[in-house]
Amino acid sequence: MIIQVVAFALIVTMMLGLVRAIKGPKVYDRVLAVNMMGTKTVLLLAVLAFIDDRPDYLDLALAYALINFIGVFAVLEFFRTRESQLVIAETDDTGEASDEAPGNEGGK
Amino acid sequence: MVEILNIFIMLMLVITALAMVSSRHLFVTVMLSGIFSLLIAASFLLLDAADVALTEAAVGAGISTVLFLGALALMDVEETTRGVRRIRMVSLIVVAVTTIFIVHATFYMPAFGDINAPIHQHVAPWYIQHVPIHMDIPNIVTGILGSYRGYDTLGEVFVVFTAGIGVLSILGDPIKNRQHRPAHNRGLRHYLIPRLVGRMLIPFIILFGLYVQFHGEYSPGGGFQAGALVAAAIILYALLEGEDKALQVIPMRVLYIMMASGALLYGGVGVAALLMGGNFLDYSVLASTPVAGQQWGILLIEMGVGLTVTGVLITIFHAFAARSNL
Amino acid sequence: MDVATTLGWLAAILMLIGAFFTFVGGLGALRMPDFYTRMHAASLTDSAGPIFILIGLMLISETWLVAIKVFTILVFLLITGPTASNALASASLLAGNKPGLANDQSEAE
Repeated sequence: MIIQVVAFALIVTMMLGLVRAIKGPKVYDRVLAVNMMGTKTVLLLAVLAFIDDRPDYLDLALAYALINFIGVFAVLEFFRTRESQLVIAETDDTGEASDEAPGNEGGK
Repeated sequence: MVEILNIFIMLMLVITALAMVSSRHLFVTVMLSGIFSLLIAASFLLLDAADVALTEAAVGAGISTVLFLGALALMDVEETTRGVRRIRMVSLIVVAVTTIFIVHATFYMPAFGDINAPIHQHVAPWYIQHVPIHMDIPNIVTGILGSYRGYDTLGEVFVVFTAGIGVLSILGDPIKNRQHRPAHNRGLRHYLIPRLVGRMLIPFIILFGLYVQFHGEYSPGGGFQAGALVAAAIILYALLEGEDKALQVIPMRVLYIMMASGALLYGGVGVAALLMGGNFLDYSVLASTPVAGQQWGILLIEMGVGLTVTGVLITIFHAFAARSNL
Repeated sequence: MDVATTLGWLAAILMLIGAFFTFVGGLGALRMPDFYTRMHAASLTDSAGPIFILIGLMLISETWLVAIKVFTILVFLLITGPTASNALASASLLAGNKPGLANDQSEAE
């Protein structure tokens, strides 16, 4: 019974994360939400393995736990090498520039 | 209980899909597709499709984000729109009519988990009954994919192989496109924590990939998943140390050989079966007893699949990375 | 799951604590005013939640193999989670995102 409660808590948390991912406002908020939901998915898969009593499912959780962080490294490398990184970082999908001041030359 | 969880996950999937469609910023779409992948893996697992879920986990967690970002680095992040964004009457009608047809068609489908559904009356019981007799392995999915439907899997391997060749012919040879950057500026070398942790985890990822490869007959897994995991490890190495280092570990020549030899190994097993008196891809004749022959056949073709998938995924990564400087 | 035993009770309590931390982390990631505070909420509970939930699952594992697998998942999560947060914070700082300060109203959402 408790374990079902945990599964529901995880689902609700994933929903909160999804709202943050859609809302933004900055792209980093979305990356954060993806990363957070990755951890929640690992936990959900592990919990489901126990609910269904299928230990095989733990392999999946292990796969996610091992490689889910690679995406964040790719994001870091993407922004590091991209020339127009300021443009990407400071507009969201509504097209408005956010409140950051552009022209951060020292940050590279 | 599980159904309720699944409804929530489906709901989130729909919301994510709508957000992906409505977003004009492609980076946002890439991130949302990462979430979509996580959710659909959980959904697959709730539907008891552990092998598919593992594939989604292996490809969706790391590699697809990396490749999407690699593609994104080659173009504008903002989606361009032609003129005013208005809804055309014709497309609206077409979509509406198609939706009505599809929704109508679902009423004739068997209910979820219905024991009287045709699939549970004819095909599935046959597989469940015959996999232990024909090949004596616990994972029925591997048996079906590797042996009964070996033609399909052979086709998939060639699709993957063709995709690799397609990317290469569009983006060009990664070696020639290599942009020369100063050595200190390659990869994430200056980021000590990611670099140390990443380097520490690479052996474990490869080890887990090998486990998935060779344990695929007993638990969820097989060549596709293992190939994606090993490729993820190499791509992680390339991200951390720069592609030059990664190309020193596995040069392009080796990758090309891996791509081709995997598909060749798979086809070769089929031809060997033919030469030994069976049908194409009928593994029963490969060893002294049919069961042993089936097991050998599945092991060999899974290795072929793993080789091709690993080779193709790393090649595609290098092709994008060389162009985009990722 | 067998809640009647002491171990079952312990596992239930641990998992509930973990679920609470996870939920609070999600709430923080949604409600906090700027990116770095949101990341603070999400990344800390990304470590605390798994510790409690997965140790709880380990206690109710039926075989040693399952318990060891869960433990492995926990170890990898504890290694990769903070690393990913670190990389993300680096990426954000790199793009010129400054952390908001208490007396700086312009950073608030």
